[in-house]
Amino acid sequence: MTVTPIKPWRATKRDIATQIAVLLASVVAAYFLIANTGFEGRLPLVIFFGIFSITALAIISGLRRGKEAAKDAVLAGAAYVGLFALLLPVVSILWTVISRGTAAIYGGFFTTDMSQDPFSSPLDAGGIKHALIGTLWLIVIALIISVPLGILTALYLTETKGPGSGLIRFLVQAMSGIPSIVAGLFIYSALISGTGRGFSGFMGALALSILMIPTVARTAEEVLKLVPPDLREAGLALGATQWKTVALVVLPAAKSGLVTAVILGVARIAGETAPLLFTTGGADATNLNPMDDNMGTIPFYIWKALIDGSPEAASRAWAGIFILMLAVLALFGTARYLSRARTVR
Amino acid sequence: MSDDKLENNKNNEENAMNATTSTNTAQPPQEAADQPKSSGLGDVATASAERRVRTEQPIGSGLEARNVHAWFGKYHAISDISLDFPTGTVTALIGPSGCGKSTFLRTLNRMHEFIPGAAMAGEVLLHGKDIYAPGTDVTKIRLKIGMVFQKPNPFPSMTIGENVLAGIKLAQLKISDKKELMEECLERAGLWNEVKDRLDQPGGSLSGGQQQRLCIARSLAVRPEVLLMDEPCSALDPGSTLKIEETIGELSKTMTVIIVTHNMQQAARVSDYTAFLLSDGGPGQLIEFAPTREIFTRPKDKRTENYVTGRFG
Repeated sequence: MTVTPIKPWRATKRDIATQIAVLLASVVAAYFLIANTGFEGRLPLVIFFGIFSITALAIISGLRRGKEAAKDAVLAGAAYVGLFALLLPVVSILWTVISRGTAAIYGGFFTTDMSQDPFSSPLDAGGIKHALIGTLWLIVIALIISVPLGILTALYLTETKGPGSGLIRFLVQAMSGIPSIVAGLFIYSALISGTGRGFSGFMGALALSILMIPTVARTAEEVLKLVPPDLREAGLALGATQWKTVALVVLPAAKSGLVTAVILGVARIAGETAPLLFTTGGADATNLNPMDDNMGTIPFYIWKALIDGSPEAASRAWAGIFILMLAVLALFGTARYLSRARTVR
Repeated sequence: MSDDKLENNKNNEENAMNATTSTNTAQPPQEAADQPKSSGLGDVATASAERRVRTEQPIGSGLEARNVHAWFGKYHAISDISLDFPTGTVTALIGPSGCGKSTFLRTLNRMHEFIPGAAMAGEVLLHGKDIYAPGTDVTKIRLKIGMVFQKPNPFPSMTIGENVLAGIKLAQLKISDKKELMEECLERAGLWNEVKDRLDQPGGSLSGGQQQRLCIARSLAVRPEVLLMDEPCSALDPGSTLKIEETIGELSKTMTVIIVTHNMQQAARVSDYTAFLLSDGGPGQLIEFAPTREIFTRPKDKRTENYVTGRFG
């Protein structure tokens, strides 16, 4: 005798059919209400649809299975409303950026810069090459500076627990609240103004590091705290030094969390504009050397296109936003892939 | 090595058979009559003592604790414990929860000092040298005195094979044949047959009992002279417990084992000597230390008798 596996906890076909019928009826009812009364537009339609469908589902479940089921239906409806309210802005932003951001992108967009063409020139000239190179340089340099410093700070707070841990934790928390323009001003006044040094990509990366280190350190600390103390004891009981235990046991166990910490750090800095204005200076020409001379970045490109005012410049700004989003997404994807590849095998 | 291994395997199997039968074996009536105080545990201890015959020369020398005290901040956890752990013996530490068994165990390989506010007094002698003497390399001490914890804790980022050799990597030891060592340790921990085909799977994929035996294999890889076990079977089912007890019996041929346990059956089955610790509200103290058979058949102290017969604790 064969037994067919079933899932008794799943909704039955009848339940699903009822739900679909209720939803369709609510749409129709809301539509007629709006057609025949003074209400207008899409927002009342959505609101009436929500009110009708939640009420109807609550009454139906209440009649079938009692008061608790009715409450359950109301709360489930509320959860869907919340989900909708959350997704609405995200989808709206994505949609706007994609639909408007692709207009200015053409074959030469990634291979030319803006040194020859003004922002108001037709959309088949100029490009974002200089800004893309600048942003990548800045992120790479900021990563090289901030990841070791941030993770070492977190290790000091969780593993060494040395004197001053409390003070350092407080300062890191305070630092993560610094307005980004202050970080830029600090680098400008400490390292650029009156020293004979000019703007450069490196200075911008330093300013971004000030913003990134606290984010990486705080997240990494939280992640390292989650590593079970048993593992540290097991390492030490095998005759390892604390350094070896941290390097070979604690850090690998926290790896995917540490990658998240780095991603959050990059997300914090990728779109920063203000601190770059007076550290990199901004530029329309390609500059491959981050140690010398002004450097353009994508946020700077967007900012400059926006203040230009012409419709072509606005299209360029949207394209810049689109590229920045793609770049950050690509970075996240790579980091996630790298952190997963070794744990799963 | 292969000859040795065969011998080992044979012993292992014999031991396994003995262990499974001994729990069910009824004792001769006259012996029971001699020992009016004893419970079934006395029989178990007696049977186990008769079974244990030394076949190999143990390595290293024993461990001695001299007037050991331990504190957590102001709290005096254990007071004035002196115990000898002779080479190649299994000593069980028993006593109610909170009497300082685990704390005492952790002073023996200097794991006690990782707890914030911890302090200690007294001496712990390995080869006659105090492991707390100034200038002692603490990592060398922990290499010689290994530890297995209550909860199985394989390293999650490593495979089964890597877990076994983790100590080699962590302590930066040089070895010639990693594969051979891996097989030997897993064999001694009684896990080889179950994992030999999946050494490259993560350590966390094993069951609880297998994880604990993996942790034992991991401790063996650095060739300790003494193995401390802190309630190694408290989270395991009877089958896994039996396997680990067999492993302990096997290990005691070559090393000194000290085991904390709440399971008196286990103490009676696996140990040569038993120490009973008790706290009367103050710090934990050593009440009685004797061959296991004595503790379970004719305890000298009334409190020991009450404890081993289950009247309190």
